[in-house]
Amino acid sequence: MTDTELAVPRPRRTTGGTAFWIGVAFLVLLAAAVVFPALFTRIDPNAADLLSTLRPPSAAHWLGTDQNGRDIFARIVYGARPSLVIGLGATVLALAGGIVLGTAAAQLGRAGDQVISRVLDVLLSVPGLLLVFLVVAVLGIGSANATIGLALVGLPGFARVVRAEVIRVRGAHYVEAALGLGWRRFTVIVRHLVPNAVGPIFALATVGLGSMIVASSSLSFVGLGPQPPTAEWGAMLSGSRDYLVLAWWPAVFPGLAITLAVLAFTVAGQHLQRRIDRRSR
Amino acid sequence: MNADVPLLSVTGLEVSFASRRDTVRAVRGVSFEIGRGQIVAIVGESGSGKSVTARSLVGLAGDNASVRADTLTFDGADLREFSAARWRALRGSRIGFVLQDALGSLDPLRHIGSEIAEPLREHRTVPARSVPGEVLRLLAEVGVPEPDRRARQYSHELSGGLRQRALIASAIAAGPELLIADEPTTALDVTVQRHVLEVLRDRTRDGTAMLLISHDLAVVSELADHVYVMKDGRFVEDGPTRMVLDAPRHPYTRALLAAVPVPGVRALRRPERLAQAGTVLEAKELHKTYRLPGRARLTAADGVSFAVRAGETLGIVGESGSGKTTVGRMLMGLLEPDSGKVEVDGRPWTALRGAGRRAARRRIQMIYQDPLSSLDPRYTARQLLEEPLQVTRTPAAERRRRVAELLDYVGLSADLLGRRARELSGGQRQRLAIARALAGEPDVIVCDEPVSALDVSVQAQVLEVLNRVQARLGVAYVFISHHLGVIYQISDRVVVMNKGEVVESGDVEKVFTAPEHPYTKSLLAAVPRISPEAETIPG
Repeated sequence: MTDTELAVPRPRRTTGGTAFWIGVAFLVLLAAAVVFPALFTRIDPNAADLLSTLRPPSAAHWLGTDQNGRDIFARIVYGARPSLVIGLGATVLALAGGIVLGTAAAQLGRAGDQVISRVLDVLLSVPGLLLVFLVVAVLGIGSANATIGLALVGLPGFARVVRAEVIRVRGAHYVEAALGLGWRRFTVIVRHLVPNAVGPIFALATVGLGSMIVASSSLSFVGLGPQPPTAEWGAMLSGSRDYLVLAWWPAVFPGLAITLAVLAFTVAGQHLQRRIDRRSR
Repeated sequence: MNADVPLLSVTGLEVSFASRRDTVRAVRGVSFEIGRGQIVAIVGESGSGKSVTARSLVGLAGDNASVRADTLTFDGADLREFSAARWRALRGSRIGFVLQDALGSLDPLRHIGSEIAEPLREHRTVPARSVPGEVLRLLAEVGVPEPDRRARQYSHELSGGLRQRALIASAIAAGPELLIADEPTTALDVTVQRHVLEVLRDRTRDGTAMLLISHDLAVVSELADHVYVMKDGRFVEDGPTRMVLDAPRHPYTRALLAAVPVPGVRALRRPERLAQAGTVLEAKELHKTYRLPGRARLTAADGVSFAVRAGETLGIVGESGSGKTTVGRMLMGLLEPDSGKVEVDGRPWTALRGAGRRAARRRIQMIYQDPLSSLDPRYTARQLLEEPLQVTRTPAAERRRRVAELLDYVGLSADLLGRRARELSGGQRQRLAIARALAGEPDVIVCDEPVSALDVSVQAQVLEVLNRVQARLGVAYVFISHHLGVIYQISDRVVVMNKGEVVESGDVEKVFTAPEHPYTKSLLAAVPRISPEAETIPG
């Protein structure tokens, strides 16, 4: 039999603009700094040199030195890990929790939905920073607990989106058809329901990563994150604040690192979101 | 036909859509004219450019469209020189526009009455005082019962047929000389379609001209004086409707005509039925009612009983709301009946739980009207075909062999295996859905309007695939459709449903040639036919 119909042309893969690729390139650099900081500098980020404090940027110290004579470039490179890992970790935790709770709320019937949704409402009603303070106050100061606190702030939003998406997707005929093939209900949820429901939150998460990083830096700024002498961007900002009149570089460069990282994640995230929107049209 | 200057005259009309990457030439130089009081039809399949042609006549081709024509005159005035303001004055007052989707074309926040009053006020057709009276007169003219009550309702409160009539009333409100109707009856049930066609025909008796855009040759044959057959942006054939339809010259017109499923005319050779076929699926006294908002109840199935025998096709035909889809879902075990039972191989769904139920599910598969919704958008064709085999833990090598076999059954090329559903054409998608349904070697496939969304030539191909697969594999079909012609082609026996009840059932030949129930008779009488002479079924 001949097929007289014209086949639909395959949609071309969308490539991002220049901004997207600059963002991606910067993210690759950041990832390298997180994993192999020694590739970027031979200077020990914690080596204090009290004879050369608050030196402006020079050939020896590209971005200058801080109040303890430590190299700012080295501290920014080594600071990438603690600064980004909290934000990333909190986002991953929030995503995982959001997917599980959101799917459960949608699939466990009216009573289960009521319980989960009301708990999420309570979490949402507490201001984010206050929630983190509470968690840190109860569990103690440190990176791990800051991560947990931030994850709790992000989780309810993800869970709500997943719940709504699962409810939308489960009405689709392909879910019904998968049950018709003879799969167990749980298999259908894992194979068809969740993968089709989580697209939007991954895009949300990449965009949200930026604010998570800012939030984790703010926590270190107020002293609730990694403790000194760990190089961390928020903590570096905090330490520079008393010397602002004397030197601009200890404040500007860590601030710039935070800004660029957030920008890179946001640009990449928005691009992902547009792609997912286009796909689900 | 009018001998003097035609009302609308178009020569060399070209419409193209420019996107960032390329330019799509939707209309490639078409010429036609419409005389006063004449009904002209443009018929073609989806993507032929027929709707774009109609829209460009009223200046609504779209923002990224570039429209060129050698001549484009309406009543002697050159439309090409029209400003936006003059277009607006023309639309609604001298040219009326009726679209397929009345729900989308009527403002959901306004009463039907104010929707119809708008063109009257805008174009000052009648004095402001007499607008309300004129609205009621128009509603009555298009056959809307109780016009004063209907005028105060919203569009979503009306049935599809009434809504379409209200839309026609608003299009003719200002007394246009030309009415453009784009698929005006496509979304309607056959009996409602009959009424709407009559309303449209009555309109043209007083000298209103009409341009009818349709994919449906039968509808065109009932209304149009002159027909243009369109394909890939060009007219391949035109002439007086009777001449074109009775003696088509162009191969495309002939192919199109041959593909139209007509009740009473066999186009497919049905496989021989087994003399002693056992029952594979049986519905016994199924009842199902839905609670509607408020206290109302809707009876979707009221004592529905029938049996499906191995290797046969049982057609279930009915109009929208007859309960045929509800019955299909109960057959699948996806919906529990309020009372009565469905038996798979002699065992009722209700008695099956857990693994037994899952095993029984594989015996009955389903094909939906829209494969885009029934195929997981993330899966490639290969994954979609392998999935049913993974359920039964078929080894990978065997799965590959089966996938090749399934592709062969439905006539799909292996090149398409890497594509996702949205990257396939409508016909390819439905073939993929058929292949997937066949993968688990089911006894029965429930097909819910599987060809209703397809163009007529593709529809004929898909029906042929279904027919061939049945002859080869002996699978039984429960074929649900509102289309009597399609049901006739593919079914051995037929069940006619109306308002949740089976009004008639029996051998398809007998039900279609000698219907007993008045509803079946009215249904068959309402089917538009291409040529009255060729009518084989007494109405």
